[in-house]
Amino acid sequence: MELQAVLMAAGGGSRMMDLTYNTPKPLLPVGNRPLIWYPPNLLERVGFEEVIVITTKEVQKTLSTDQRLKTDVKMRLDVVCIQEEADMGTADALRHIQQKIKTDILVVSCDLITDVALHEVVDLFRAHSATLSMLMSKVHEFTETVPGQKGKKKAGEQRDFVGVDITGKRLLFMANEADLDEGLVLRKSIMRKHPRMLIKTGLLDAHLYCLKRSVVDFLVHNKSVTSIRGELVPYLVRKQFSKSLNSQNATEDSEKNHKQQDTHHNLELLSTSKDEALLQLARERSCWNDHRGDMSEAYHGGKLRCYVHIMEEGMCYRVNTLAAYIEANRVVPKLFEDPPIHPAAVVSERSLVGSDSIIGPLCQISDRTSIKRSNVGTSTTIKEKVKITNSIIMNGVTIEEGCNIQGSVICNNAVIGRGADIKYCLVGSGQRVEPEAERTNEVIVGSDQLMEI
Amino acid sequence: MADSDGRQVDSINHSTEEDVKLQEVVQAKCEGKELTKEEKQRLRKEKKQHKKNKKDDRGPPEKEKEKEKASVLAPSKPATQSPAHKAPVPVNASASESPVAAEKPAKSKAEQRAERRARQDTERASKQGKKEGGQQSASSKPKATPNELQPVVKRLPEHIQVDDPAALKKLAKKLERQQVPLRSDYGYKVSLFSHLHQYSRKNPPTQQISIPATVIHPSIVRLGLQYSQGIIAGSNARSVALLHAFKQVIQDYSTPPNEELSRDLVNKLSPYISFLSQCRPLSASMGNAIKHIKKEISNIPSQCKEEEAKRRLQECIDSYINEKIILASEAISKYAIEKISDGDVILVYGCSSLVNHILCEAFEKQRKFRVIVVDSRPRLEGREALRRLVKKGIRCTYVLISALSYILPEVSKVFLGAHALLANGYVMSRVGTSQIALVAKAYNVPVLVCCETYKFCERVQTDSFVSNELDDPDDLIVTRNGKTHLENWQTVKSLGLLNLVYDVTPPDFVDLVITDLGMIPCTSVPVVLRVKNVDQ
Repeated sequence: MELQAVLMAAGGGSRMMDLTYNTPKPLLPVGNRPLIWYPPNLLERVGFEEVIVITTKEVQKTLSTDQRLKTDVKMRLDVVCIQEEADMGTADALRHIQQKIKTDILVVSCDLITDVALHEVVDLFRAHSATLSMLMSKVHEFTETVPGQKGKKKAGEQRDFVGVDITGKRLLFMANEADLDEGLVLRKSIMRKHPRMLIKTGLLDAHLYCLKRSVVDFLVHNKSVTSIRGELVPYLVRKQFSKSLNSQNATEDSEKNHKQQDTHHNLELLSTSKDEALLQLARERSCWNDHRGDMSEAYHGGKLRCYVHIMEEGMCYRVNTLAAYIEANRVVPKLFEDPPIHPAAVVSERSLVGSDSIIGPLCQISDRTSIKRSNVGTSTTIKEKVKITNSIIMNGVTIEEGCNIQGSVICNNAVIGRGADIKYCLVGSGQRVEPEAERTNEVIVGSDQLMEI
Repeated sequence: MADSDGRQVDSINHSTEEDVKLQEVVQAKCEGKELTKEEKQRLRKEKKQHKKNKKDDRGPPEKEKEKEKASVLAPSKPATQSPAHKAPVPVNASASESPVAAEKPAKSKAEQRAERRARQDTERASKQGKKEGGQQSASSKPKATPNELQPVVKRLPEHIQVDDPAALKKLAKKLERQQVPLRSDYGYKVSLFSHLHQYSRKNPPTQQISIPATVIHPSIVRLGLQYSQGIIAGSNARSVALLHAFKQVIQDYSTPPNEELSRDLVNKLSPYISFLSQCRPLSASMGNAIKHIKKEISNIPSQCKEEEAKRRLQECIDSYINEKIILASEAISKYAIEKISDGDVILVYGCSSLVNHILCEAFEKQRKFRVIVVDSRPRLEGREALRRLVKKGIRCTYVLISALSYILPEVSKVFLGAHALLANGYVMSRVGTSQIALVAKAYNVPVLVCCETYKFCERVQTDSFVSNELDDPDDLIVTRNGKTHLENWQTVKSLGLLNLVYDVTPPDFVDLVITDLGMIPCTSVPVVLRVKNVDQ
């Protein structure tokens, strides 16, 4: 088998606590489907037949009971539970399932919604025998107003600096602004090998990685690495140009600094394959080089290579902030050919449901209700004379008569009293908004969820 | 037995045989019966016998055939109709009904089998008698002459029949059967070369393959990608990489039940080879390597255990690479170094792994010479050759092929590598080689071609049009100062971009061919081929 897919669905959604304090992030509805449905759908479309899902017990329970999920997802979901309290990083999770991993892996995060042609990423992995191949996309500006946001938020706080070579495929450098003290430091060895480098900042990491089997073994030996994105990827990118891997007198180095070189050696030794001699012969006889202008062979003789595919066009969202969540809800329904109004919904004839809205099953929409550019979840009851514009209504919500909801997010099982006027608000899960309330640009959550100062 | 009558009855029986057999196979398939090894062998033998009999049927002269046809058609029509009726019935019927349907043809099958056996015995006896009587010549002559009279249809390989819709359809069907995705041609093709495939690197062959590649072995997918992107280029490199991938395939192979490794593995390799030829047309050396492997696989005795067989095949591949590529290049270097004298100015073209090896070896043996590397667009492979030679310490000069006639007066010898050596002595090599040979001839500079024997090919070609390879036309587009003039070349109706890969050099321009068997003139290639075939 060539690749095994691993879906990381144990994240807590720490950047949108208002939405996730009651509902685990993988189960948040986007376009009336749980967030966790999207990555398996992508994998299924390209031909994967099974996925290892790492998640919490709560999500696993829902996965096994949700009828719609079962029918929609045809591939086998091998669910592995981890304790929520254990606070495992993604690399820890990989270490946890190390027994199940037999080949190279494709790690994908549950909050990724994309229509990328996956073969672009995997082809880089295959053709260059890369150790790491990842997906990045150009960041889209979020145009929708985010409820609860006071003033415009500066987007440039936590930038990622990504350095690629002139072809735009080889990943040379990756650092987050938070890790840099004063300036961007580039090693001379990188500049010597790749004198022309493009540094990009407007890129979004899609958290989709193809990793070689040897990397998993490396993780098992090095228990200090906890997060794939935070620690493993920058480490691999740095290691490409590390002296110890490229020097031919590797044995000398290992004698000098045995402990340090041990870990590095592990990675290198583990990445050599059996028929290395034949591959080496083929490469020697081949008249191809990935760069020109210096006297070194293809790939500068380096065994560790990291590649990135940067999506120029197409949809790629990571639903980890409220703004992204709203944007995704706006765009995703256009992806699928589902009927906008689910056949199991009861929609009164005298109501007005716009063509760019979607209504989930088991909804009840009463007369003289107008719904425009909104997503309404399952089992929602909407009474008469309600006007809903530009909003996201999750499952099990009750909206009484005469309400006016604009640009808001109403979470699961909330109740909006009669005549309430809600503009650009976020109503938390299970909350009640009293009748005749007028709220603008507020986040309404329970008092137990407020942070302790 | 009377000739025509006997033949008539024979042919009737054969046609009904055929129908019965077809029916049998159809039934077996629809019942889901697992054909055991013996049954499969029996079916195979019967098919062979049937084909032979078909040929016999075609053998007799036209008149007899027509008569036979007329008479055969009439009785066979009702015969074909009833099995035809029966055939769809078992196909559509459920499992419970099919055994019932099986009984009826089974009875007639048994009857016909008995008849057939009786006839075969008598035929055999009569044949024996004929042999002794020396009448075989008489019976074979009428068979032979009608065969000669009939036009012999040569089968052209499909990769040079792209402008023939029937051939394309056949290819599409074959690929569909093997579950290999069909790669579509790209861009406008120059009319002289419209019979060849032209693919674009922007449409990789992996677009339609499922991502954990299941139908095609992952190492073959990787190899195909590396071919199509040019990461593995050069005849030797491609062959070595191919054999390496085959080693992995054999490693992961396990014989399904009721199958023989010698037959099944060859069948498994066919879709892989189709996929690779979709990625990039196979080279002559790859073709020879594949032939060798297939022969080795089919020569595995059936009693051999799977592990033993796999190990044997791996060893065989290793020894093939060792002998034909590594040791051959050593031998060629030895011969070639004799031809290099101190003070020589050697001209090389493009990047040939063999020629580079020879020059590096000669330099190590302390010969004093300098090299002129000639390069050409769009591949600019000469840069890689230049890098390797300079890294070794050899003094090099670098020119483009347009400057060839200016530097040739300085040159004392020309060393060329070859992609393949054809049976009529022509050398197939990178496009531009024939130019070099031509100009060198005009300047009376000796041209030496270095080529291993495994690249010798039985094809005959006198021009570069019939069989060639078209590379991605977008490679010809160049961007200077941010301006790309050919960016929208597809919109210009009268413009075609041609990126040829190979050309053939006639033997008059080649003075010597250095192979691992020695130094031979170009015209001795068919002799080498004949000797090789006799050996094998």
